[in-house]
Amino acid sequence: MRNRNLTIISLATIVIVALGGFYLIQSMGPNEPHNLVVSTTTSLYDTGVLDQIEEAFEAKNQIDLYFISVGTGLAITHAQRGDADMILVHAPSRELAFMEDGYGVNRKIIAFNYFAIVGPGDDPAGIREKSPLEALEILVGKARGGDAIWVSRGDDSGTHTKEKGLWAQAGFEVSALREEDWYREAGSGMGKTLQIAEEYEAYTLTDMGTYLKYSEEGLVTLEVLVGAGEELINIYSAIAVNPDSNPDADFDAAITFIEYLVSDEGQTILREYGVDIYGRSLFNPVVELLKTGSDPTTAEWIEAAGFFDGTECPQEYRKGEYGLYN
Amino acid sequence: MVSAILEGLVKALELIASGDPTLVDITLRSLAISGLATILASCWSIPLGVFIGLGKFRGRSLFKGLFNVLLGLPTVTLGLVLYLVFSRSGPLGFLQLLYTPSVIVIGQAILITPVIVSFVANTLEAVDPEIRSLALTLGASEVRASLTVLNESLNGVLLAVTASFNRAIAELGVALMLGGNIRGATRVLTTTIALETNRGQIALGIAMAVVLLSIVGLVNILVSQARRWI
Repeated sequence: MRNRNLTIISLATIVIVALGGFYLIQSMGPNEPHNLVVSTTTSLYDTGVLDQIEEAFEAKNQIDLYFISVGTGLAITHAQRGDADMILVHAPSRELAFMEDGYGVNRKIIAFNYFAIVGPGDDPAGIREKSPLEALEILVGKARGGDAIWVSRGDDSGTHTKEKGLWAQAGFEVSALREEDWYREAGSGMGKTLQIAEEYEAYTLTDMGTYLKYSEEGLVTLEVLVGAGEELINIYSAIAVNPDSNPDADFDAAITFIEYLVSDEGQTILREYGVDIYGRSLFNPVVELLKTGSDPTTAEWIEAAGFFDGTECPQEYRKGEYGLYN
Repeated sequence: MVSAILEGLVKALELIASGDPTLVDITLRSLAISGLATILASCWSIPLGVFIGLGKFRGRSLFKGLFNVLLGLPTVTLGLVLYLVFSRSGPLGFLQLLYTPSVIVIGQAILITPVIVSFVANTLEAVDPEIRSLALTLGASEVRASLTVLNESLNGVLLAVTASFNRAIAELGVALMLGGNIRGATRVLTTTIALETNRGQIALGIAMAVVLLSIVGLVNILVSQARRWI
């Protein structure tokens, strides 16, 4: 009796396995060879804008976009190890290094917005509406007197890179600040870091997209205290993996997607995303602005922070004739 | 906080009741991946557990201790190590398995191997040794005698397999590092929970957790029913 039951169970198991295996193969999708793996910074992906871009792009192209949402640091590592066909990141200094090392080509700036310094509404350090660098200086003074706490991402992401740059610009050494007890490192993503800052009633540097989302959902009550200024500009770029460094990378598909991101349609999606929910854009399109000179001040800021040798992609890091830089 | 959880529960019921296609897709994928991983792992772990539980060889307790230690392996660590192995510049990169459901199956199978091995070994040790000697006296072969003991401890073995399934379907590190949480390809319940939480969609995250717990609960009920039936 026992053996017969065992046989039935075994058979049932095999049927379930077969069905499960079948489902797995099915769910891998019919366009398997045309997958384009895009390692992207979380601040782009987690807002949801890429879901919308994916839908619009896939409707027109026989390319299946595979977004891997990680920090800028890990996105670059992925690409270096051959695990991504292109990256979407926001840390210009590291992007240059990435191209110099021979891993990336054909960089295009796709959008920008501003980082913001957020903190408790009563602003114990009194930095509201100061210039970014001045605000940091005041903040350190107050924090050393025990009146303020700073929470750093501490995760080597693009935002963390920006934060370290800001401290340096303001004349502080992060390696020294880390030793002080008001400077706390979250070692987490932006959302988690915001929540930690909320709990501590602390200050932190955030990208606008994540902050608006968390604020809208009522998860944080921190307020934007310093939200504009040249130093806070946040520039998002797309870079294709150099086929010379990884012959398996799908270079053509990567270029197709980059072209889409800077096309009128791609730029429109970026501009309009989130307006209905937040009453403002999360990302500002950049192509028109750089081309027409409609806003020379902002264009100058973008060029100062996001250009190398006066261009978004120096000649030696351009590959093929794609008309990306006309 | 309480209201967020309640909202999550309501949202979960809504999603389940409406048969939300994304939810169904993610749930079936989770089930398929973790189910396959459990079955795959059972294929080598149960014999290994029997070998350790019943075997008499030098270093047996060391061997057993090793598996007990591996029980505590953080899933992120395993995910990281396997990522380096399956990455295109890693030793198994040529297989091009990274970011596919199959590689999550492999990762989870490795993750739960120590669970099954330890549980099975411990269960078998607890079976009255007389049964085994009796079988051997009655002329059974070594393998046959082991099977007899295994049969006696079927409950424990089933528990081992169920527990390992629970561990597989509830783990995050391996699925995230190896699968990449790609929408429509490798997104499973736990990676969705992590993503929606990062996105500030707390209610949706909780809804997914409710689905996950329901599955685990359902599977456990089914298994305990099956056990009675045997």
